[in-house]
Amino acid sequence: MKKTLLVVWLLLGVAAITAMSAGNVLLNAAGATFPYPIYSKWFDVYHAAHPDVQINYQSIGSGGGIRQLQAGTVDFGASDGPMSDEQLSQSKFKILHFPTVLGADVPSYNIAGVSTELNFTQNALAGIFLGSVTKWNDPEMTKANPGVNLPNADIVVIHRSDGSGTTYIWTDFLSKVSDQWKNKVGKGTSVNWPVGLGGKGNEGVSGLVKQTPNAIGYIELVYAAQNGIAFGKVQNAAGKFVKADLASVTAAAAADAKNMPADFRVSITNASGPQSYPISSFTWLLIPAQIKDTAKRDAIKDFLKWMLTEGQKYNEGLTYAQLPKEVVAKEMQAISLIQ
Amino acid sequence: MSVAANTIAHQVPPSKAGPSAFIQRLRQGDEIAHLITLTFAAGILLITSLLVYELWRNSHLSRAQFGWMFLWTRVWDPNFDNYGALPFIYGTLVTSAVALVIALPLGLASAIFLSELAPRSISNIISFLIDLLAAVPSVIYGLLGIFIVVPLMRTTLGPLLINTVGNVPFIGALFKGPNYGVGFLTAGIVLAIMVVPFIISVSREVLLTVPREQREAALALGATRWESTWQVVLPWARTGIMGSVFLALARALGETMAVTMVIGNAPNISASLFSPGDTIASTIANQFTEATGDLYLSALIELGLVLFLITFILNGLARILIVATERGGGRPA
Repeated sequence: MKKTLLVVWLLLGVAAITAMSAGNVLLNAAGATFPYPIYSKWFDVYHAAHPDVQINYQSIGSGGGIRQLQAGTVDFGASDGPMSDEQLSQSKFKILHFPTVLGADVPSYNIAGVSTELNFTQNALAGIFLGSVTKWNDPEMTKANPGVNLPNADIVVIHRSDGSGTTYIWTDFLSKVSDQWKNKVGKGTSVNWPVGLGGKGNEGVSGLVKQTPNAIGYIELVYAAQNGIAFGKVQNAAGKFVKADLASVTAAAAADAKNMPADFRVSITNASGPQSYPISSFTWLLIPAQIKDTAKRDAIKDFLKWMLTEGQKYNEGLTYAQLPKEVVAKEMQAISLIQ
Repeated sequence: MSVAANTIAHQVPPSKAGPSAFIQRLRQGDEIAHLITLTFAAGILLITSLLVYELWRNSHLSRAQFGWMFLWTRVWDPNFDNYGALPFIYGTLVTSAVALVIALPLGLASAIFLSELAPRSISNIISFLIDLLAAVPSVIYGLLGIFIVVPLMRTTLGPLLINTVGNVPFIGALFKGPNYGVGFLTAGIVLAIMVVPFIISVSREVLLTVPREQREAALALGATRWESTWQVVLPWARTGIMGSVFLALARALGETMAVTMVIGNAPNISASLFSPGDTIASTIANQFTEATGDLYLSALIELGLVLFLITFILNGLARILIVATERGGGRPA
């Protein structure tokens, strides 16, 4: 017994020494919480295949990721929303965006006696979250849901209380479909909500929706899928009611791929195309355009290539939608911009 | 005295200097101890001033932009960079007040029972359990809130209050409006559950220090047990009990996790205790990680400064209150 322990300690010691020896690269990264499950999977698998590269990722939130990257305390960052022009101009160095996976928000609700999947028009969602549609049997809801007996009950709106990329996607969509929302509330990780209660995290929102009669809230597709939470369909730009799933989210990204700007800072909410789910978004890695440490630079570039090819295969197991081929091709070219 | 001096003299190895040099060294030891304790005490002062300095320095942008209006405006809008702290100040004070209104009678009555009426063995067991409660992490109380207090409030307690107290003039305004289960009242109740162990534990210790002669004298004068407790023991222990209440208040003001889980997180100012609200601590915890703009971050830090000031002012008032009551009677200090 003692001998086994000794051997284990020796091995650990050897491992520690090898880890410290030259030629190894330790990359520090921080940022978005939404893609954390897939990122930690990627970094694990990549480390197993490339034992000399280790990536530490701290899911401290997109805002924290951007701040730490700008302060130079991490090698790269991650964010659920693209950095604004203002943020980019404030940075001391050039920062590149690389889309990694796709996510989506879904509307989840709790209405006594209604078990069917509800259809939400764009006006209905904007109206509900603005506080102008207050009853479940509002004409905006009943005309999109023929045959469903919607009650004459007050809608209870549930939103996120913590700053979140999920909120960014939701408010980005509402800003595109409603001018009133755009001018009065706008898009962001935290906004000044006209109505409703706040829950902390996806679990907080879905918990409140489950508990509160006649409530509606938005949650991440990944969270809804993993916890078996039912959710409704949303009307897309082509007027079709689409249910969020891996295919409809990738379709939204593919529909706008040809209009993809060179810096990848693009919003794909309310994307064109009949199959596109309208409340979808990329999430990004933020990489400095110039990395002086050649070992780190090579490691990051190699990881990006791996992530865009091999890495994408791990997405669907964790219910993240894959990047469309067109986007992958464009990103592969953009890797050479890192110098 | 002389015996002790002799013993010490024996232990000292016979050196050239003799006992007076040893006493000299002892004095030096005193000075060293003095210096060490002084350093640590100064450390506390240093940490506190550093905290205030950092909060002050980092909230510079927000203070320059909004000035005193920060304390009086109600809009909190990260998109249009417009920040006012009033709903959060209101929520912090209201939830803490509700918590104390519930916890004070509950805690004091329990403490009196444990120190004055219960057999010592039972009292010790219960006190041990109460001290355990004081160490439970706040997220556990938050879960208790979500799974027990919130449903109870929505289905039973809330409607009951609305239909009874809600109809009383003036006070009724506190118990009106839509009841979602989450809100000021629920947060106050969860906070009360959290701080009651502090009040019981400290008050019981204080009550136990009241000399038995005080009680016996009252009983000998013909007082009943209740009269002796109410008129002799409690006034004697007043200062210590107030100390326990302010300890509880400090915990309630700064509580983050449990509150954010049950308050509804909407910056409202409403007379109704059923309304969802927000507190300073929960807002900082909710929004700090994703705060990207400089002014946004600065405003959140200024919220921290405001919370510090509120705690500071309330503690100052507590001190004044304690001094005033001591002057008016109670235990000689």
